[in-house]
Amino acid sequence: MARRFRSPYRFRIRLNQVLDWTTISGVPVQPVYTAADLPPDFDLDRDLGRPGEAPYGRGIHASGYQGKLWTMRQFSGFATAEETNERYHWLLSQGQTGLSVAFDLPTLMGYDSDDPLAAGEVGKCGVAVGSVEDMEALFHGIRLDHVSTSMTINGSAAAIWAMFLVAAERQGADWKSLRGTLQNDILKEYIAQKEYIFPPAPAMRLVTDTIEFATRETPRFNPVSISGYHIREAGSTALQELAFTLRDGMEYVEWALRRGLEVDAFAPRLSFFFNAHSDFFEEIAKYRAARLLWHRVMTERYGARQARSTALRFHAQTAGVSLTAQQPYNNVARVAWQALAAVLGGCQSLHTNALDEALALPTAAAATLALRTQQVIAHESGVTGTPDPLGGAYFLEKLTRDLQDGAEEYFRRLDAMGGMVAAVEQGFPQREIADASYRYQQALERGEKRVVGVNAFAGEEAAPSTLYIGDQAAAHQGAKLERLRARRAAAAAAASLDRLRRDAGTGANVMPALLACARSWCTLGEICAALRDVLGTYTETAVA
Amino acid sequence: MVMQSSHHIRVLVAKPGLDGHDRGAKVVARGLRDAGMEIIYTGLRQTPEMIANAALQEDVDCIGLSILSGAHNAIVPELMRQLRERHMDDVLVVLGGIVPEPDIPALKAAGVAAVFPPGSRMAEIAEFIRTHAHRRPAFEF
Repeated sequence: MARRFRSPYRFRIRLNQVLDWTTISGVPVQPVYTAADLPPDFDLDRDLGRPGEAPYGRGIHASGYQGKLWTMRQFSGFATAEETNERYHWLLSQGQTGLSVAFDLPTLMGYDSDDPLAAGEVGKCGVAVGSVEDMEALFHGIRLDHVSTSMTINGSAAAIWAMFLVAAERQGADWKSLRGTLQNDILKEYIAQKEYIFPPAPAMRLVTDTIEFATRETPRFNPVSISGYHIREAGSTALQELAFTLRDGMEYVEWALRRGLEVDAFAPRLSFFFNAHSDFFEEIAKYRAARLLWHRVMTERYGARQARSTALRFHAQTAGVSLTAQQPYNNVARVAWQALAAVLGGCQSLHTNALDEALALPTAAAATLALRTQQVIAHESGVTGTPDPLGGAYFLEKLTRDLQDGAEEYFRRLDAMGGMVAAVEQGFPQREIADASYRYQQALERGEKRVVGVNAFAGEEAAPSTLYIGDQAAAHQGAKLERLRARRAAAAAAASLDRLRRDAGTGANVMPALLACARSWCTLGEICAALRDVLGTYTETAVA
Repeated sequence: MVMQSSHHIRVLVAKPGLDGHDRGAKVVARGLRDAGMEIIYTGLRQTPEMIANAALQEDVDCIGLSILSGAHNAIVPELMRQLRERHMDDVLVVLGGIVPEPDIPALKAAGVAAVFPPGSRMAEIAEFIRTHAHRRPAFEF
């Protein structure tokens, strides 16, 4: 790539100054913060609660990480279930404490690996899982009742979860003891990541089916991980990430309440997933504001009484969008302080990105270094000693309050639109994010915002060798599916798909029918095709 | 009379494959529009055939593909075949996204004029298109 080099003189003058004193989200930052920036009656203990006490601004555990460290959960998946299984065994042997499955695009979109629409995509962005057979291969040698497993799946989440539950059952695990998280946050798909299959209303019904089923059958499993991560990756500000994510969470609560569930029966199992971006203090403030807001809406708006219904738990992942393909080793530094922000913000679970992820899916060496980064923070930095150590700092408290106020303002606007489903159908959050994303890009182009190695201190650096995923996975998966379709009892598979169509049509909870499909070896593509027949598909109005 | 001077460069920004990560496509679409080009954005999940048809109907000078998913080796050659079938191989095709280094020579041989990795500057992309797009005049005498 062509690079422009400035004269050393101009280079020194310009790059030794910061031109723009705003957060990465564009919020102005004063040179100094004092008590005058907070309300006169500001009271840390009352307004934020002590650690472990409502309204949980300072964290949900009284002893912070002295009681228990966060779960080190590296998102991982590529090529075939067999290859990914090897990576899982490696990561667990290196001290990782939870699993997190990355599925490939055909799986996310509900297509079999041999579907024409899957051409070129099989195993590329994650692992291909098309049946219970693949699910069993993915977790071969790993007891699903001994490790907590997170699955990043949304459009086809209910079907994949059914396959997971059947694989666990075949291992002899009791569903009641299964721990893990299904991402299953369809609203942020329409808002940001766009891996949806069905229209918003029927998709919300499927999410509600999984919440209802989990409340009854899998009391330790989180059926939804309400995710701001992808909203932020799509270019939102920290405030938009916070506000849209919490309003999405409120929407799931409202649908579950309309289903007739008791708020305290399901709310303790709702979990969150936030981005850990580059603006250190703004990120810490965001996590604190999220806990304060969630406690308030759960108690005041939905009448939750149990502490666990109102205490927000979250997973964090460092910002993929902040990684640079240029000078990729710089990413190690970015990931380290982003992870530190998540820890100082009180995360329950954390993924650290690998340095090569702007280039490809990570190599085993890069993924291990990312895990080591968390271990260094946990065991060497000393920041784990006491919860919310920055609590009371004027700057942090001011940011936390402003984020709360800004989110409340977004809640009012979204409520006025008729809630999140209506807002999504009107394209409101999508437009807000696209505008913010473009504003940031313009600030980068003008040099007001700087990224080292990209628009400041640029210069070539040798690239690390990266993981290359060829097209062998597609052939392997195709052959495996063909054998499966030939081997299974065709009549039983067809009958279970008929039942699924019927239940999807009547509005019954589809989980029992999905489990029957999984047990009779239906493929993910067959199951999602049956659901598409009944629920329809969705195409957004493209806005650039 | 040639209308080239007043004829804006028309660019089809297309997002093929199953991936929905459209931040890059949208930012580039807006950036090129601000650079004075006419932009048609296809939206998500376009097959090569849909893209070639849109390029023909919209009479574009350039197609900008955004692919982050690794599906470029399947999508790009098929798009080029579809363009040739429609006698549109003079349309400039550029690609942005995450593309492993070893794949680039084959993509260039297939007819991709440039590959823009993450972190590319808008001005650089706009300049490349302005220099290399074969303008298809609206009408000539």
